[in-house]
Amino acid sequence: MTATPLAVQTENACRHYTMGHSLIRAVDGISLEIRSGEYVALLGVSGSGKSSLLNLIAGLDRPTSGTILADGKDLAKLSREDLSKYRLHTVGMVFQSFNLIPGMTVLENVELPLRFAEVDRSKRAGLATEALSRVGLSGRLNHRPSELSGGEQQRASLARALINHPTMLLADEPTGNLDSRTGTEIMEFIREFNRSLGMTVIMVTHERPLAERYAHRLIFLEDGKLIQEQANPGAAAKGDS
Amino acid sequence: MKIYDVTELALRNLRESLLRNSLTTVGISVGVASLVAMLSLGIGLQQLASRRLAKSGLFDTVIVTSRRDGRDFNRDQNAEGPPPAESPSLDEAARKQIEQLPAVAEAYPDIRFITELRYQDKPHVTMIAGLPASAKNNDAFEGMPGHYFSDDNAREIILQKSFAAELLGSQRNSEDVDVTKLATPLLGKELVMRYAERTANSGSSSAYSVVSREQTLKIVGVSDLDPDSMRGPTRARVFLPLALAQSLHVMQPADLRDAASRPGNSPTFLTVSVRVKSPAEIGSVESSIKKMGFNTFSIVDATKSMGRFFAVLDLFLGIFGSLALTVASIGIVNTLVMAILERRREIGIMKALGASDGDVKLLFFAEAGAMGLLGGAVGVALGWTIGRIINFGMNIYLKQQHFPPEQIWFVPWWLVLGSIAFALVVSLLSGLYPASRAAKLDPVQALRYE
Repeated sequence: MTATPLAVQTENACRHYTMGHSLIRAVDGISLEIRSGEYVALLGVSGSGKSSLLNLIAGLDRPTSGTILADGKDLAKLSREDLSKYRLHTVGMVFQSFNLIPGMTVLENVELPLRFAEVDRSKRAGLATEALSRVGLSGRLNHRPSELSGGEQQRASLARALINHPTMLLADEPTGNLDSRTGTEIMEFIREFNRSLGMTVIMVTHERPLAERYAHRLIFLEDGKLIQEQANPGAAAKGDS
Repeated sequence: MKIYDVTELALRNLRESLLRNSLTTVGISVGVASLVAMLSLGIGLQQLASRRLAKSGLFDTVIVTSRRDGRDFNRDQNAEGPPPAESPSLDEAARKQIEQLPAVAEAYPDIRFITELRYQDKPHVTMIAGLPASAKNNDAFEGMPGHYFSDDNAREIILQKSFAAELLGSQRNSEDVDVTKLATPLLGKELVMRYAERTANSGSSSAYSVVSREQTLKIVGVSDLDPDSMRGPTRARVFLPLALAQSLHVMQPADLRDAASRPGNSPTFLTVSVRVKSPAEIGSVESSIKKMGFNTFSIVDATKSMGRFFAVLDLFLGIFGSLALTVASIGIVNTLVMAILERRREIGIMKALGASDGDVKLLFFAEAGAMGLLGGAVGVALGWTIGRIINFGMNIYLKQQHFPPEQIWFVPWWLVLGSIAFALVVSLLSGLYPASRAAKLDPVQALRYE
């Protein structure tokens, strides 16, 4: 296990910001290591700092102090340009509210990261269609997001997250807006990507049972601090059942 | 992002808020249209003025006189060059020499004499002048009742309006009379010109005789304007074809002056009119002719100051036109800033997916540019139409005032391309602030925004 390279390593990472006159310590000195190919769940009540930590790992935000090493780079030291490249090629993200662009069709939404990556126009439709069929949406290519169910929208956003073949999938409450049946469906897709594509998965959730069922390791946060880490060797066995 | 992707996404975004973006584009169009309409009218007026002046013959003509005249128009000029007695005669040989000069279009002798014309057995005395075939384009003959001489030897005459009034016994000031009313009873009628012909004495090269002759001439036209205005007090009121006038060998005032030194049948001319190919070359032609030992006279400075006037006019029209475009550019800033607020979340999503600051900036820039380009193109078409309508309306007015139609509006290619480019540049400048604001948007904040 120890020979596996690290996907993410944070050292005393802090994200503080001021709101009015008070200092908010959203992330307050977290040090952790996530190995490549690992499936980790970040747990905690709302306001515990789990989403803030995820944003730091995603390169959407920068730590006020400490280091975050991902893909061998210190994210705090990357330029804005390099940070956007990191988000484009290394990270795929899914959100609780799906975040599909309403004016675009499903296919166009999934193609969007390919445009940013300057993938040849002729190859794009093929790649996007392939990604969409992987999540079972081949019949919905030209629908607008508003014409899809919540589960379908989240599947589309999963396809979008995978389109540039990132090594890491960051999921922020991916089932938060879904009923339990479609939520399970999404979780199965994520586990499938973790297993077959070897993607590192970091999932933020406040549902402990969900985390226990799928994640290899549970990390508990409270008030921006890491309070407990717990290995969950049973996840693989549970998934297979 | 590749350029075609930026363009495609920009156009898609513009279509999403169709009404607002259309209104902004219309704003730009109106700005560009006012710019184009103003400048096209300025350019058109300038062209009209130079066309009119060129047709008047005032600005491309040099009048050449012999120093032997002893006339004292310009003392400085007379002080230079050879004394009158040693200066060359202004004769056919000199005329041909002047015509050979590079920038000269034509040099023709000025045949001009005072004589008697009988119409319905009543005598009238006036100044008569010969006109070359090229004078047909003079604006005095444009829209004239009747027609110009059918050829350069035709036994035909054209009357100036005031002389036509005299023939008809009108006591009224001819300025107030409609020229067509004067022409109707006169066109096609004949009158008899009595003149003094200079003929060489047979067998003698040192003498010539002056014989009284008569010639019947047909009236073919009556001109409203004065085709000979540059001649001041010696301007003629009756015109003959130049070749006919020369072939009649009418005794000229210069013949008297040169009676002793140039006997026989070769006349000298009082003046020669030189038409240059372009008004800009008047100066060089004048100095070449002066080197030949003649005196010259022209009106040049008026065209220069006219050019300056129109440069100032165009500048002012352009500034007024640009004001509308400035207002329109504020509209672009407003539209794009609104779009940032509206598309905050979308910008956040794009950044989360890996769009760089540059991509976002370029996208907003492309949207501003597309509105500018479209607005510019539509604006040019609109401005062109407005110019046409103004021109059309003015021609209706001119027609009511019995003037020939005029083109006072002109849209050159450089104005079309320049206006579109100007609209594009103004739009891109207007897009600078919104684009950089969109690019700097914090994705975490933007994604939290609902």
